[in-house]
Amino acid sequence: MSPILGIYASQISGHLWAPSGAYDSIATVTVGSGGSSSITFTSIPSTYTHLQIRALSRGNRAYTAENIIFMFNADGGTNYADHLLYGNGSTVPAAADVSSSTPLAFRTSTSNTQASNIFGTGVLDILDYANTNKYKTVRSLSGFDDNGGGYGQIWFTSGLWQSTAAINSITLTPVGTAIQQYSQFALYGVK
Amino acid sequence: MAAANTYTPIFTTTLSSTASSVTFSSIPSTYTDLILVCNPLSTSGDTYIQFNGDTGTNYSETNLYANTSAAGSTRTTSSNYIYLDWQATSTTTGATNYIVHIMNYSNTTTYKTTLGRGNQASAGVDAIVGLWRSTSAINSIKITAVGTLQIGTTYSLYGITAA
Repeated sequence: MSPILGIYASQISGHLWAPSGAYDSIATVTVGSGGSSSITFTSIPSTYTHLQIRALSRGNRAYTAENIIFMFNADGGTNYADHLLYGNGSTVPAAADVSSSTPLAFRTSTSNTQASNIFGTGVLDILDYANTNKYKTVRSLSGFDDNGGGYGQIWFTSGLWQSTAAINSITLTPVGTAIQQYSQFALYGVK
Repeated sequence: MAAANTYTPIFTTTLSSTASSVTFSSIPSTYTDLILVCNPLSTSGDTYIQFNGDTGTNYSETNLYANTSAAGSTRTTSSNYIYLDWQATSTTTGATNYIVHIMNYSNTTTYKTTLGRGNQASAGVDAIVGLWRSTSAINSIKITAVGTLQIGTTYSLYGITAA
């Protein structure tokens, strides 16, 4: 297996176009063979009001599911927080992280427990990402079902980045070592 | 290449007479994701979804819900369909609003996953992740009501194209 490398979607500066609608595709990463240790969108234009990431994802962690962590502008400090609520088919647990460097963006499937064709999905909204007057907040809806395999979950997540800086890059990293082939992350801008 | 203005309406239907189901067929494969926006009125609660005319036991789901008194989570396995709503069920006068993301619907490598949120103020709220165990591209969507869909029910289908 080839070394697992992070994937950058920096084509944003290479394929500029004049946005004509209210919801534009900015960049997309599809993970190839060998997987990827992370996904990074760079050079995000500040011309939109909100961002949305739509993901089809599968991890390789030896666990029942995979958590995807978000990081903005390469800030690896403890400037993040999150709350989450999820359903696992029988109960409704909740959890939170404060002063964290590894905030949870969304949850997806993993190779350890799910059939090979099962991928998780997530829709992550990043509100007022270019506003320099306030901290940045995100929300997501995500999950996967595995036809009674016992690990299907649906998640609500709320996140906070304690920075007033405009977001110009987003990195998504799995807790495990890789996001698997055929996973796809698409970044959209909302006017 | 980046594509601008990617939130594209594909179909919209507003019922002018009652019906038991609504089908969107000949869905083009040119988008990345589909978004189904629903606002049904129904005589009896739940509605569910099937793809490509598949009525086999190839569907399953996990949900999270809250009704008027409690929150909960449950799931179905090897089902004939995916419920669009679990607690947020519509009535003849109180429409449910729910939005369902059908992710990578034309991908022929992975099974298809749906991600939906439903709201009905007098009944409850829910979120449902559904699985259709097929690698076929989705070319038709059938929405069926347990009861009867009423006049004024609306369904809209949108396509999103990734760059």
